[in-house]
Amino acid sequence: MSLIYLSAWDLALASGLVLLLAALSWRLHLGVERQVLIAALRSTVQLMLIGLVLKQLFAQTHLTLIGLMVLIMLSVASWEVRNRQKRRYTGMWGYGIGALSLFVSSFSVTLLALMIIIRVNPWYQPQYLIPLLGMMLGNTMSGVAIALDHLTRQAWEARGCIEARLLLGATWEEAITGIRRDALRSGLIPIVNAMAAAGLVSLPGMMTGQILAGSPPLEAAKYQLLIMFLISAGTGLGTVAAVWIGSRRLFDERQRLRLDRLV
Amino acid sequence: MAGLRLEGLSTALLRDIHLTLAAGERLFLSGASGSGKSLLLRAIADLDPHHGEVWLDDIPRSRLPPPEWRRRVGLLPSESHWWAKTVGEHWPASTTHLKLERLLSMLGFDTGVRDWPITRLSTGERQRLALARLLLNQPQALLLDEATAHLDPVNRSRVETVLEDYGNAYSAALLWVSHDPEQRARLGGRRLVIRKSRLEPET
Repeated sequence: MSLIYLSAWDLALASGLVLLLAALSWRLHLGVERQVLIAALRSTVQLMLIGLVLKQLFAQTHLTLIGLMVLIMLSVASWEVRNRQKRRYTGMWGYGIGALSLFVSSFSVTLLALMIIIRVNPWYQPQYLIPLLGMMLGNTMSGVAIALDHLTRQAWEARGCIEARLLLGATWEEAITGIRRDALRSGLIPIVNAMAAAGLVSLPGMMTGQILAGSPPLEAAKYQLLIMFLISAGTGLGTVAAVWIGSRRLFDERQRLRLDRLV
Repeated sequence: MAGLRLEGLSTALLRDIHLTLAAGERLFLSGASGSGKSLLLRAIADLDPHHGEVWLDDIPRSRLPPPEWRRRVGLLPSESHWWAKTVGEHWPASTTHLKLERLLSMLGFDTGVRDWPITRLSTGERQRLALARLLLNQPQALLLDEATAHLDPVNRSRVETVLEDYGNAYSAALLWVSHDPEQRARLGGRRLVIRKSRLEPET
């Protein structure tokens, strides 16, 4: 089996389908044709650019360049976590909680995979590091964002109950424990569901890509499993870190509920 | 000196409050709504950031862990909140049966109330049960935010009796926010009013 190369003409044909969709939207007065076209254009530019960047990056195992790329990926993911919060933390915390928990979880799990499981040499070989880290960050980001959003929303809604418990002599941890558990659960459920349904409903994206690119299906399945386990571990770790730091930040040193620390 | 002492307490609405309540003393606090009565009680219970120090029986608040402090100065908010399904789940684990039974019957309940679902309680029942829940901690001072606002006359006098008894039995200082001039006159005690961000004797 070998890779079938796609020509510009092949892609143009596929993009014709998107044009058709836009035309349909215009004809049926759905009003989304502009968004469809802009999104298609954006994805074209973004993916082509990243393809070019990765081509350069893969050609030379240059540590500074790889570091820069990793830094950009982390900051974009943290920004995304921040923007998905209805009630986000004020100041640097709005950004920092996401960044720190993404860093701790995605980086440690990716490093573990590269050095111990896949045993890439050197471990920072960009062909492995960048896609792996990208998948870790993308999934962990969702878990962290959902869990943090759940935590701050619930704390806001249940502030009366939290303070009632504090007034009766509960510690801050006792007062927030139920909400913290729910937040963790909500962050983990998507990846657990994805694992349970993998292969039955649809083939996971990475596995599909590998098969299309010519890998034997069983090898693709093994890689997909590895990635899923890594993603689950990373998401779990990141969610726990974010909820722990986030719930601590909701209380001050005198164990007062500080909702003024949320926007 | 036993009792509750505020030294230079400042909240969002009140500046530099100095106030002393002897053990067993009752002090009624009134003032227009929005004048900062509830915020003052919250500051004493250390629920909001503020300036100043509070002493209870010669122990400064800063020397105690916050949960311990809040158990000692029991604040009863004007609105009660419940987080579990039944009433009994909100009682402290160390509650002894005898004390509980006596307290509940004085408030017009029997011990079967333990298994009542919270959703079944009326506002007035919640208010009385919130008081029971608080007193089971045996606080040495009580901060009451309109403790009888939602009660009919029978239950109002039940609550007043429970609080008078508790104050006498435990020599607890009572700081009582009340809008009811008859209640203030009936129960007696020192009376202060908040006017223009200051505490003044009620005239």
